[in-house]
Amino acid sequence: MSGFPGERRVSVGAPPRCPNDRRRAERQALKAPRPRGERPRGPLPDPSDWSFDLIEQYHEAIRETAQRFGLDTYPNQLEIITAEQMMDAYASVGMPVNYRHWSYGKEFIANEKNYRRGHMGLAYEIVINSDPCISYLMEENTTAMQALVIAHAAYGHNSFFKGNYLFKLWTDASSIIDYLVYAKNYIAECEDRHGMLQVEELLDSCHALQNYGVDRYRRPNKLSLAAESAQRKERLEHAQSQVNDLWRTLPNRPGRADDAADAKRFPAELQENILYFIEKNAPLLEPWQREIVRIVRKIAQYFYPQRQTQVMNEGWATFWHHQLLNTMYDDGYLTDGVMIEWLKSHTNVIYQPPVGHKAYSGLNPYALGFAMFSDVKRICEAPTAEDRQWFPDIAGQAWLPTLDHAMRNFKDESFIGQYLSPKLMRDLRLFAVVDDENADKLSVSAIHDAAGFRRLREALSRQYDLGSREPDIQVWNVDLRGDRSLTLRHTCHNNRPLHEGAQEVLKHAARLWGFGVKLDSVDASGATVQQLAAAAPVH
Amino acid sequence: MLQQIIDRRLAGRNKSIGNRERFLRRHREQVRDAVRRAVNGRGIRDMERGEDIRIPKKDISEPVFGHGPGGTRETVHPGNREYVVGDHIERPKGGAGNGTGPGEAGDSVEGEDDFVFHLSKEEFMQIFFDDLALPRMTRTQLAETPEWKSHRAGFVRDGTPSNLSIVRSLRGAIGRRLAMGALARAELRELEQQLLSATADSNDMSRAELDARIETLRRRLSRIPHLDPIDLRFRSRVKLPVPTTKAVMFCLMDVSGSMDEARKELSKRFFILLYLFLTRHYDKIDLVFIRHHTQAQEVDEENFFHARETGGTVVSSALVLMDEIIKARYSLAEWNIYGAQASDGDNWHHDSGRCRELLSEHLLPACRYFAYVQVADEEQNLWEEYTRLQQDHPHFAMRKVTQASQIYPVFRELFRKEAVAA
Repeated sequence: MSGFPGERRVSVGAPPRCPNDRRRAERQALKAPRPRGERPRGPLPDPSDWSFDLIEQYHEAIRETAQRFGLDTYPNQLEIITAEQMMDAYASVGMPVNYRHWSYGKEFIANEKNYRRGHMGLAYEIVINSDPCISYLMEENTTAMQALVIAHAAYGHNSFFKGNYLFKLWTDASSIIDYLVYAKNYIAECEDRHGMLQVEELLDSCHALQNYGVDRYRRPNKLSLAAESAQRKERLEHAQSQVNDLWRTLPNRPGRADDAADAKRFPAELQENILYFIEKNAPLLEPWQREIVRIVRKIAQYFYPQRQTQVMNEGWATFWHHQLLNTMYDDGYLTDGVMIEWLKSHTNVIYQPPVGHKAYSGLNPYALGFAMFSDVKRICEAPTAEDRQWFPDIAGQAWLPTLDHAMRNFKDESFIGQYLSPKLMRDLRLFAVVDDENADKLSVSAIHDAAGFRRLREALSRQYDLGSREPDIQVWNVDLRGDRSLTLRHTCHNNRPLHEGAQEVLKHAARLWGFGVKLDSVDASGATVQQLAAAAPVH
Repeated sequence: MLQQIIDRRLAGRNKSIGNRERFLRRHREQVRDAVRRAVNGRGIRDMERGEDIRIPKKDISEPVFGHGPGGTRETVHPGNREYVVGDHIERPKGGAGNGTGPGEAGDSVEGEDDFVFHLSKEEFMQIFFDDLALPRMTRTQLAETPEWKSHRAGFVRDGTPSNLSIVRSLRGAIGRRLAMGALARAELRELEQQLLSATADSNDMSRAELDARIETLRRRLSRIPHLDPIDLRFRSRVKLPVPTTKAVMFCLMDVSGSMDEARKELSKRFFILLYLFLTRHYDKIDLVFIRHHTQAQEVDEENFFHARETGGTVVSSALVLMDEIIKARYSLAEWNIYGAQASDGDNWHHDSGRCRELLSEHLLPACRYFAYVQVADEEQNLWEEYTRLQQDHPHFAMRKVTQASQIYPVFRELFRKEAVAA
């Protein structure tokens, strides 16, 4: 999350949808906006206090306009909530239900404090990737702001959730709420049965590793509440038996060479999903503990697409509220007052402080995403010679299908790599800085000039690559014959070391694993540069 | 496409309270420490508010794997004004190259070292008082609480004329008259009918008989009284005992030369704690400050804690004054009386015995609780005399305190739940 005050989106998914979804994906994007219908007799009323009736009127107008552009969305469910409920939702990672954990309490306290002090404007909205798509409208918002939120969340984000390939692949909008209800109940049950402290410690440890509880290339199983409950028992028993099998200590057959077996690593190949590996192989975990590991892992998986599409998702939603509300103004739906109000808010949202400014905390994903989608539209509609050279495929093409294609088939990393134009780099005055620990000073490696465009674009694209943002840590080996310790391998990219939190994470890993955990950092040449270890927890 | 608009505002308030409880429980030790510190730092009347709790960030952080400083990295920033390729820039201070890196873990909004949050007044007090309860304060002494309140309790058959309920009485009277006259009236109606038909038959004999009978009935009916003593109803009021909600707390402190600032500070904290504790149980609390050296004097809070005196010590003077004030202003029927005395144990040696007598004969019977704290270690005759009191008076407690950190445990012990002690 950037330090940007204003708005925040949370989306969550569940495992992939059934195949008949593919049919929907094949629907053709509109070539051009449909013509507008009958012009309204007058603009919609704009008192600052909203009413349910007004929200419905505005929603209807926005919906019609969105249809003109062919935005494909889940059905919408708008929910009016209070500021306190908004903070509640914030605190539990934006979900309407979630299991109880102290860290959510901490979040809530931090948010509340900032809110009360006025440090933080509350999010105008939270939208949940579910089917129907739930958008929260805060009761403090004015009518104009509600219109902005509806356009932004209920049509912008909503269509992104439904269209983007990552969300389609990894999330199942229809089952997420069910699954969270299940998770909440299951964990509450465990707290009753095994004690709050036990559950809390386990969750702490799982949370420490949750970014490493994600499958990056495999399709996870589809979940639903009923199936999940029904399968749970069977699965747990089976998993337990597998574990037992792994740790069986049979006497060696005489005459067989042991050395070869010893040399073989377990697992034979690196495992990227550490939590999954622990869930399946940790020797001492009770079945209920495995289930909790699984729950944390599943929920982390839901957030995985979202973490990779922040710029795109926000950019898409911002682009569309801008497009929709402007079109509605042209069509005579909105008064000048409403326009001024949402534009003011919109301007705040896409403000990008320059480097060195005291409010600067990196690129604002709203600003970058909005600028990029707007720029793609510009390239389609009014390409320059430079654009034709850089983007021969899209320059001069119809903008609606081009944007639709971009939204569906990219994530931040590839989107920037594909669509960031020289003009935009110049407009944003981007420059790249290399920080090498062996050099005394930082050095500027590329700026917004002809020589630097490609390098800038690559660097920015890499910056949004989760794979390079997070250290690459995978399961390397388990000492099956010795002290049963688990060895993780950190492959250093560009010699970047781990920060000091790693030692703490290892302790959590050891708690889950039940025996010692080691972490080897290996550089590009394969030499070990750093070793960390956490002792086995005391049983 | 709009499925529905749902108004959630009334549902699910305080949904995250469970998470907050878990958070507070997890950091109970830090929160308790902070509460203790706050108590030490506050004025005696300034207790009833919340407190900002500071917890070091590292204690509440949730560790995750992340990149540390070092290695090579390339980051893109907006808003270039002066740089061209090949320029060198000084590393920003504080963390090699970490400050401006976008997307860095931990680059979030807050840069503070501590996690600060506000403990509400209720939570503050709850943590503070945790498992304490006033001695002998279980409301079982309802019987002995001398304050009564009168409540309405329906209607009764007797009472004073001033409580007569006229409406009720007359309503009863109507009912009684109806009931008593019912048979006579029915017969009367029948006879009158017969009389009418008898006129037609002109049978004189039966006519006279009927007239007489009717006359009798009429007379009988007229004899039914309009209002009978049996009709009277009186408003009833009963007196119910109510728990006393007023308390007075006497703070007695030695301000003689031997009481230095540190000892006064100790005493002050002791009084604060008692005061705070009483506010949990009483709506209204009076504070009486009595300081003494060779003479006792009632003063205000400011003078109580901050004025300096010199000279010898006669503890009994304060006890006598306390007794006088109780008699003059705080009737035992209305007030719960608590005494808290702090001293360094130094006393004119002939006086200590008298102190004990005053306490056991006058003050302890009047007090709900009397606590004595000696803010010095050596045991002198006052301590010895007081020790003798402990046997016969369970609501008298005494303790020695020499450091600020001992006050809280002392307080806890003084006011521990009786059930636990037993």
